[in-house]
Amino acid sequence: MTSEHAMNHSQERVALQGHIIDSLVLAKVLDLILMMGGTFDLEDVHIGKTREEPSRARIVIRTASKALLDDILKAIQPHGASVEREANCCTKPAPADGILPEEFYATTHLPTQIRLKERWVDVDGIEMDLAVRVDEQRGTAHTIPMGEVREGDQIVVGREGVRVTPLQRPPERDVFGFMESHVSAERPHSHVIADIASRMRHLGEQARLGQAGSNVLLAGGPAIIHAGGREALTWLIEQGFIHVLFCGNALAAHDMEAELYGTSLGYGLSAGRAVRHGHEHHLRTINRIRAIGSIEAAVTSGVITHGIMAACVRQGVPVVMAGTIRDDGPLPGVVTDSVQAQSAMRAMVPGVGLALLVASTLHAVATGNLLPATVPTVCVDVNPSVPTKLADRGSFQAVGLVMDAASFLAELARALGRPT
Amino acid sequence: MSRLLVCPPDFFGIEYEINPWMRLSNRVDHERAVRQWHELMRVLEQEVGVALERMSPLQGLPDLVFTANAGVVVGRTAVVSRFRYPERRREEAHFEQWFREHGYDVMRTEEGLYFEGAGDLLGFPDYWFGGYRQRSDIRVFPILSERFHREIIPLELVDSRFYHLDTCLCPLSGGELLYFPEAFDSYGQMAIAERVSDGLRLAVSEDEALKFACNAICIGKHIVLPVGCPATQAWLHTRGYDTHTVHLDEFMKSGGSAKCLTLALD
Repeated sequence: MTSEHAMNHSQERVALQGHIIDSLVLAKVLDLILMMGGTFDLEDVHIGKTREEPSRARIVIRTASKALLDDILKAIQPHGASVEREANCCTKPAPADGILPEEFYATTHLPTQIRLKERWVDVDGIEMDLAVRVDEQRGTAHTIPMGEVREGDQIVVGREGVRVTPLQRPPERDVFGFMESHVSAERPHSHVIADIASRMRHLGEQARLGQAGSNVLLAGGPAIIHAGGREALTWLIEQGFIHVLFCGNALAAHDMEAELYGTSLGYGLSAGRAVRHGHEHHLRTINRIRAIGSIEAAVTSGVITHGIMAACVRQGVPVVMAGTIRDDGPLPGVVTDSVQAQSAMRAMVPGVGLALLVASTLHAVATGNLLPATVPTVCVDVNPSVPTKLADRGSFQAVGLVMDAASFLAELARALGRPT
Repeated sequence: MSRLLVCPPDFFGIEYEINPWMRLSNRVDHERAVRQWHELMRVLEQEVGVALERMSPLQGLPDLVFTANAGVVVGRTAVVSRFRYPERRREEAHFEQWFREHGYDVMRTEEGLYFEGAGDLLGFPDYWFGGYRQRSDIRVFPILSERFHREIIPLELVDSRFYHLDTCLCPLSGGELLYFPEAFDSYGQMAIAERVSDGLRLAVSEDEALKFACNAICIGKHIVLPVGCPATQAWLHTRGYDTHTVHLDEFMKSGGSAKCLTLALD
C-alpha cells in the first residue's frame, strides 16, 4: 500500500435517526454501504429506551474514491442518512519563531485531513508528533516541526475539524497485508523475506519507470559491517534495490575501514581476529577521508573502490548521515546538528514506498518517527526490544524480524537473485 | 362515532400523470365516478355508521377528492401534507384552510420535506408505519414521532404501482394487517413480520392487491373495500369482520380507492 493509496480515502460522517432499529433501516443502510464497496464505523449508536423514543446512529463511511463515496451517499440519503454538518478547523498564529500556539494539534502518523472553508483538505507530509501549518490562501495544509515554525504561521489548534483515517487493509496478500505488529524470534523468516523481496522487485521496477513513492529506504547501523552484511548490502545497492540510505558516522566509517584495512572496528573481517592496533583503523579511515574532503571524492578518486559507500556514490543513492555525541571525527558529510539531520531525513521520506530499518535502535526509531503509517516498514534487529519499540508506537505496518543483520541482508540478496 | 373527511368528486378527473395508474388517455366517466362516490358515502353513513365531514371541491384540483392525502389528524392537531409533485401542491392551502376553519392546530413540516398525510402514515393505536421513498420523505417520521410520542416504523415502498403506503398496507382494528408483501423490500417485510404475527397477517395476492384490497376502510368490525377481492373478504370473515364492497373503478384510474377517498378525523 502506498501513501498515495491511503490519501485517496474519502470519508464522510452521516447521521441516521428515528425508529431505525426495528424497521431495519439502519441494517439496510449499513448493507448498502458494504454492498456498494464502502466500509463503515458506527459511532454513537443510541438506542431508544422506550418504543416511542427514537434511536440515532452516526456512521462514518469510508471509500477508496470520492466518486464511490458520492454514489453511496446518494444511495443512502433516501433512507434518511444525512451528511453531518462539520466544523472547520481552528487555527492560531505562532506567537514567535520556533514556538507553537498553545493547544496546537499534534499529528499522528496516519493520513489526516483538516476542514478548511467547508472542504476537507489532506495534510501533506504526514509524520507523527508535528504541528499542522495552514496556507489559507492556497487552501493547503502541511505538517511542520516545532523548530521550523515562524512567527505568524497559522497553526491548527484543538481537534475540531481534524480527522484521522485509520489504515485500511492493503490489497496485497503478503506479510504487510495483515496489518498487525509482528515481532517474534520464532516465526519463520524465509517467507517474510520472500515477501519483502517481492515488494522490492516490484518497487525497483516502478523506480526505474520513475514512478513516485517507489523508493526503498534502508536505515542501518554499523552492526551490518561487523556482522558481515557489507557484501550483501553493497550488492543490493549496486543492483538498484536500495534508493535512499540513512546511517550514522559509524556505518560509513567501518564500511570504508573494511575497504582500506580489511577490518571492522579493528577486527579482521575475513580472519575474525583482533588485528594489532586495529582499533585505530577506523580513526585513520576517518582522518583519510577528512583529508580528501568528502566520501564522494574518495570514491571518484579511486581511494575507495568497493563497499556500501562506493555503491551509493556510483548509483547516485542519496545518503543522510546523522551524527551522535559518541562519534569520532566525524566523516565529512555527517550532519552533526540533530535538528538539521532530522530535516535532511524528512526531505527524503516523500518518495519512500518501503523502509528497511536494520540493526540500529537509534536510526530505526528516528526513521520510524518520520514515516507515515502508510509506508510498509521492516525492522530487523537481534534485540527484540527494537522492533517491539517501533510496533508499540503504533507503526502497525511494521514487520519485526528478530535476526542478525548479515543473515537478513544475505537472505534478502539471495531472494533477489544474488549468486551464492 | 367516527368522523371522516371527504370531498365530493365534482371536479375529479385525470388532468396529469403522476403515478403508473394515471393515463391522460384513460378518461374518467364523470357520472359514473359521482355515482360510485355517493354509493361509498351511503355505505359509510348508513351501513357502517360514520359521520362525514364534506369539504367543498375546487375546480382545477381534481385529486382533492383523495382526502387521505390532506394530512394526518392526531387529536386536535392536523399535520398538513407537503406533496412531492407540484400538481398536487395547490391542494395544501385548501386542506390547511379547512383544518383551521374547523378548529384544528395546524402543523406544517419544513418546505421540501415531503409528507403525503394518511396516505403514508397509518398504523395501530400504539405504533404506526410510515411509507417512504415514493412520495413521503423518511426524515419526516422522526419529527412526527417526537411530536406525537408514537413509534413510527419506516417502510420503503419499492413498487411504483403502490406509491402510497395505504395502497399496500392496511392495519385493522383487531390488530390484524392486510398487506401486499412485494410492495416492500426484504427489510420492510421482516420488520412487518416482526411486529404482526403470522396468524394476524394476510399477505394479499397480487391480483387483489392490484384491485386495491389494501385500500380498505376499517371502522370497528366494518371493512369497506373495493369489489373484486374475494380471498381478502373471505379471510376478513374468518377474523369476524363485516365486509362492504363498493365499485370504485373510476377512482382506480387515478390510483385511488376507498381509503384514499377518506381521512379519519378522530
